Amino acid sequence: MMRIGVFVCHCGENIGKTVDCPKIAKEAVKLPNVVYSIDYKYMCSDPGQNMIKQAILEHKLNAVVVASCSPHMHEKTFRKACAAAGLNPYMCEIANIREHCSWVHDNVEEATKKALDLIRMTVERVKFNYPLSEIRVPVTRRALVIGGGIAGIQATLDIAGAGFKVILVEKEPSIGGHMSQLSETFPTLDCSQCILTPRMVEVYQHPNVKLYTYSEVENVEGFIGNFKVTIRKKARSIKESLCTGCGLCVQKCPIKKAPSEFDEGLANRPAIYVPFPQAVPNIPVIDRTVCTYFKTGKCQLCKKVCGRDAIDYDQKDELVTEDVGAIIVATGYKLYKIDKKARDSLVKGYGEYGYGKYKDVIDGLQFERLASASGPTSGEILRPSDKKQPKKVVFIQCVGSRDPSKGFEYCSKICCMYTAKHAMLYKHKVHDGEAYVFYMDIRAGGKGYEEFVRRAIEEDRVKYIRGRVSRIYEKRGKYIVKGEDTLSGVPVEIEADMVVLATAIVAQPEAPKLAQTLGIPYDKYGFYAEVHPKLRPVESSSGGIFLAGACQSPKDIPESVAMASAAASKALVLFGNEMLEREPIVAKVNENTCVGCFYCKKVCAYNAIELKEIRDKKGNLVKVIASVNTGLCQGCGTCNATCPSKSIELIGFNDEQIYYQIKAL
Amino acid sequence: MDNIGYYPGCSLLGTAKEYEQSIRHVFSKLGINLIEVDDWSCCGATSAHATNHLLSVALPMRNIILAKKQGLKSLFIPCAACYNRFVVARYEIENRPELRKKIEDVLEEKIETDIEILNMIEMFQRIDRELFLSKRQRDLKGLKVAAYYGCLLVRPNGVTGFDDPEMPSAMEDVVRLTGAETVDWNFKVECCGASHSITNMTVVTTLSKRIIDDAVENGAEAIIVACPMCHSNLDMRQRNIAKMDSQHKSIPIFYLSELVGFSMGIDKEDLGLSLHFIDTESVLARFSTAIVAKE
Repeated sequence: MMRIGVFVCHCGENIGKTVDCPKIAKEAVKLPNVVYSIDYKYMCSDPGQNMIKQAILEHKLNAVVVASCSPHMHEKTFRKACAAAGLNPYMCEIANIREHCSWVHDNVEEATKKALDLIRMTVERVKFNYPLSEIRVPVTRRALVIGGGIAGIQATLDIAGAGFKVILVEKEPSIGGHMSQLSETFPTLDCSQCILTPRMVEVYQHPNVKLYTYSEVENVEGFIGNFKVTIRKKARSIKESLCTGCGLCVQKCPIKKAPSEFDEGLANRPAIYVPFPQAVPNIPVIDRTVCTYFKTGKCQLCKKVCGRDAIDYDQKDELVTEDVGAIIVATGYKLYKIDKKARDSLVKGYGEYGYGKYKDVIDGLQFERLASASGPTSGEILRPSDKKQPKKVVFIQCVGSRDPSKGFEYCSKICCMYTAKHAMLYKHKVHDGEAYVFYMDIRAGGKGYEEFVRRAIEEDRVKYIRGRVSRIYEKRGKYIVKGEDTLSGVPVEIEADMVVLATAIVAQPEAPKLAQTLGIPYDKYGFYAEVHPKLRPVESSSGGIFLAGACQSPKDIPESVAMASAAASKALVLFGNEMLEREPIVAKVNENTCVGCFYCKKVCAYNAIELKEIRDKKGNLVKVIASVNTGLCQGCGTCNATCPSKSIELIGFNDEQIYYQIKAL
Repeated sequence: MDNIGYYPGCSLLGTAKEYEQSIRHVFSKLGINLIEVDDWSCCGATSAHATNHLLSVALPMRNIILAKKQGLKSLFIPCAACYNRFVVARYEIENRPELRKKIEDVLEEKIETDIEILNMIEMFQRIDRELFLSKRQRDLKGLKVAAYYGCLLVRPNGVTGFDDPEMPSAMEDVVRLTGAETVDWNFKVECCGASHSITNMTVVTTLSKRIIDDAVENGAEAIIVACPMCHSNLDMRQRNIAKMDSQHKSIPIFYLSELVGFSMGIDKEDLGLSLHFIDTESVLARFSTAIVAKE
């Protein structure tokens, strides 16, 4: 015999103002199988929860309906209260009379009637509930961090520091990311490499860190606590264990003219190279697309000079697998290359700025390299075209950002600050130079940020012009920047020696591919999506996969670092237990009726449907049917709705429960 | 023979007579039958759209309704100002239901906007490349020209939906089919001063001079346009520019259809080349004998 208790919450005035709670409590008790009913001002409060516990014991309740706010808010609270009184928590259901009723209606009589309907439906549903127990899965207490920029480095060091093993995968030959390319950092103007390289070395030396550089994540299987990751170690053409990093091969390489990725094309590198002097690991890589040996079969100079015989032209890509329990994605960003080739369905490009056509029209990262002591000009600001010192430099903000008609709608967030920094660095190095900044708004929210921009304007006399630039063209060795000063309402033309474009921050081009490998969502721009923008900002919707840094949205260094530590702590929470408990709301296949059409597999967003072979006693294959991996299943119910033979049930939401709930209406 | 609707607009019957003449000859040669919209009226350019919004949308709509009644599926509008009025009005009608109702009340007709509107460059884009080349009788190799779009063909972005609003390149593709070379220059979408030609000529001479100067500086011998307003400002006002600047060297301005027509061997008189203010012979004379044999 079902003995159901109904508990009606006023939620202060939230429900009580629109729904006559005492009345529905009186009505509810008349429903079949309801033996007890009561209303209370705050059912989620301690006294409220105690009322539930006591009623369960006194009235021998074996099911509970709480009429209150959305189950997203307090389902857990009430289920725990029931469990404390000895009831299986899954015998407690919520009737949402706040979000679905009181908040959206104002007529008291009708709202009260609807609230009672909702309670009646839930009472009918709970009659078909049955006790469930949490699913327990083991946790592999090792983490994978994808991306070795500052975010990935921070997450790696945090987890390793807590005593757990971390596997760090970086696709470039060295870790360090974009931060290693920067000259100084805002708002303190401390040298980027000086603060970054010690952390890079720490990663390399940490006993808990296993570092894969020049490697990419090829495949991910499994689920929270139990991932199996396949990593592709791209062929470096160097035997890493033998190389001492002496650099002789790099010196002797006859190819000198390959554009350097690290210097953003402003300098050249050999075919065998280390991206930059402080690279970690300090092991070269052969760029097979430019190497003479790989193109013609001749040369082998590097092999001849290597005293350790570490050069291996025949090295092949290698696939390794690692078991991990948590994954932190920290793949970072790219700068939007604005030449005409960059046009696609999303953006029209900015061909009128002449980027790619004029050598002295450069982007923000290129300016970083010009200003950096380790850069191609040793930190002197010189024009790329003729190596002369530019006396007039124009900086243009929001190139591609905040531009729904030609670029991206979003704000790239860091450009206001780095442009102020660029203009400041320029003025510090070229005292008689003039710096102009075209801006839309100055967004300097952050500790010490506004003060920094004011310093650029007031102390360093950077001239800020509010307005957009329509065109840049060359005229007798000068770059004519045509724009508008919207504050004084006049067109302006500046004859500049060099132009620096603060181009938009965009997601890595391969970001969607990795998202598909990981099974995590991303937005239309390719940035990874968090579960909840406010309360769960570092978690992806796939359990055990966390996000850090600019792969989620444009971010500066402090924010990326904070997010990385947050993601690391999420992984550590997971590693705090040897077993993982999760809700039993998962799909279940009826093996007798499943015909193995696998429509469920096609619709499952979480790759939770697996193949299962059914064999007779002699071991002959009878049929292949679907089976649910309860670690991966998120209980969304899509398979349940899709199955043509009704062979999949969503536990806790089965057909009977839903039918009788609807029938009660 | 392909049938395509044709809306000449007022300029093509007056100041841009040579544009109309060259279009008729070129498309007849390409086997396209231009069917003029019966009883067409003003598109509302400048005067209407600067003074009365309702009128500026109602006028193009009236013409679209007429074209639809004639069973036309595409409408070729060579004047950039007319083209712009038509596409903007259509955009407004399609995106503002209350305006559509109002205009329908005014016109006492139901509006259907499913008609393809084509500008001069889009017309040439439709032509099969092989067909185009087969009609060519003169190779304009060695002629260096600047393709000038002006403001109306490519803007507003997202409304005309035609090429890149700041760095278009479609006209260059057509020009190159004649064998002529296109120069890389900076002012292909700058304003020529438009109808200020009548009210404030200094604006036009200043702006047009800049356009011409940049084309010349980048090696152009001629400028190619697809807009009567641009043509009159750049061609007719060069005399006034010469008064401003004694160093000014005149440069001929061609309609795209004239250049194409000339490459097809159409008679210069038929193309209306003698109607220009700036002499065209200076650049065309060297091609007059270079007629290639017809296949």
